[in-house]
Amino acid sequence: MHELSITEAILEVVLKHAAGARVTAVHLTVGELSSFVDESIELFWSELARGTGAEGAALHFRNLPGTLRCLECEREFPIGSPDFRCPQCGSTQAVPHGGRDCFVESIEIESPEEVPRA
Amino acid sequence: MSTRIPVVEKVLSANDSVAAAIRALLDERGIYAINLMASPGAGKTSLIERTVAALKQEYGIGMINGDTSEAAFDAERSQRAGAHSVHVNTGGKCHLEAAMIRDALALLPLGEIRLLIIENVGNLVCPSSWQLGAHASVLIGSIPEGDDKPYKYPKMYSGVDALVINKIDLLPYVEFDMVRFRRGVETLNPGLVSFALSCRTGEGLEAWLGWLRSKLA
Repeated sequence: MHELSITEAILEVVLKHAAGARVTAVHLTVGELSSFVDESIELFWSELARGTGAEGAALHFRNLPGTLRCLECEREFPIGSPDFRCPQCGSTQAVPHGGRDCFVESIEIESPEEVPRA
Repeated sequence: MSTRIPVVEKVLSANDSVAAAIRALLDERGIYAINLMASPGAGKTSLIERTVAALKQEYGIGMINGDTSEAAFDAERSQRAGAHSVHVNTGGKCHLEAAMIRDALALLPLGEIRLLIIENVGNLVCPSSWQLGAHASVLIGSIPEGDDKPYKYPKMYSGVDALVINKIDLLPYVEFDMVRFRRGVETLNPGLVSFALSCRTGEGLEAWLGWLRSKLA
């Protein structure tokens, strides 16, 4: 159920940056470790955005995998690797690296009608 | 024609701002707060009962108990143990959010509180994403959950400031490889302070209480 909260938060950020303009698309970056599921966000989005300046805006997702970085050989590898073992050198000394956050990267808004120059 | 506007804003930045305001309020009032997180059944309420019983003579204690329903069992248990307590019904949400804490704080006698314990909703996924303004996030892992939990819930284990390993009295009866468990924790959260204890027998509780006292002194 946390996608309801996160979608409310996405809408808030989007409307703030749109500053009253009509929003046609939203580009999101979703890290695997943020544990937010695209399909659930889509589902809540169509409901929550209704009646706002972002109604009907398309959501575009860029998914970043959750990764660890090996402290021995510097290899970045999936956090799902068994026992956090580096697939390259076998070390289990690693630190969390990528895919933690969820960002609104950019939005697309309708441009105002171009005013012909005098 | 459409125009693309760069935003690059964390989705939860609004929550983070509320959390920062809560932290400022707590600091101003001289309150130390912990955000207690765990899976359902790991022993959050048991640890709270033990902690409140041991510290209530020394410090005023406040509790905010988050639950997904109106059933206020946990708040009642905290109240009976001797804490000022507020029950927060998250309305089905699987975590507490900063705004819920802000509203709950308005219902507590802040002047009488030195330690605030926020009992988050039992869940190892969602609560890790929402900052609440607490000074320390504390995770309870328990022996029957298994030694694989750091590997399965890396975000939770990597984001906390202290770890309580509860139900160690069950170690003889449960397959639990402490070395594997601790190796996973160490990878995600190097140097994390941890307390192996049993809320049932009381073994190991002193170290936990000592750590809390050191924060309150």
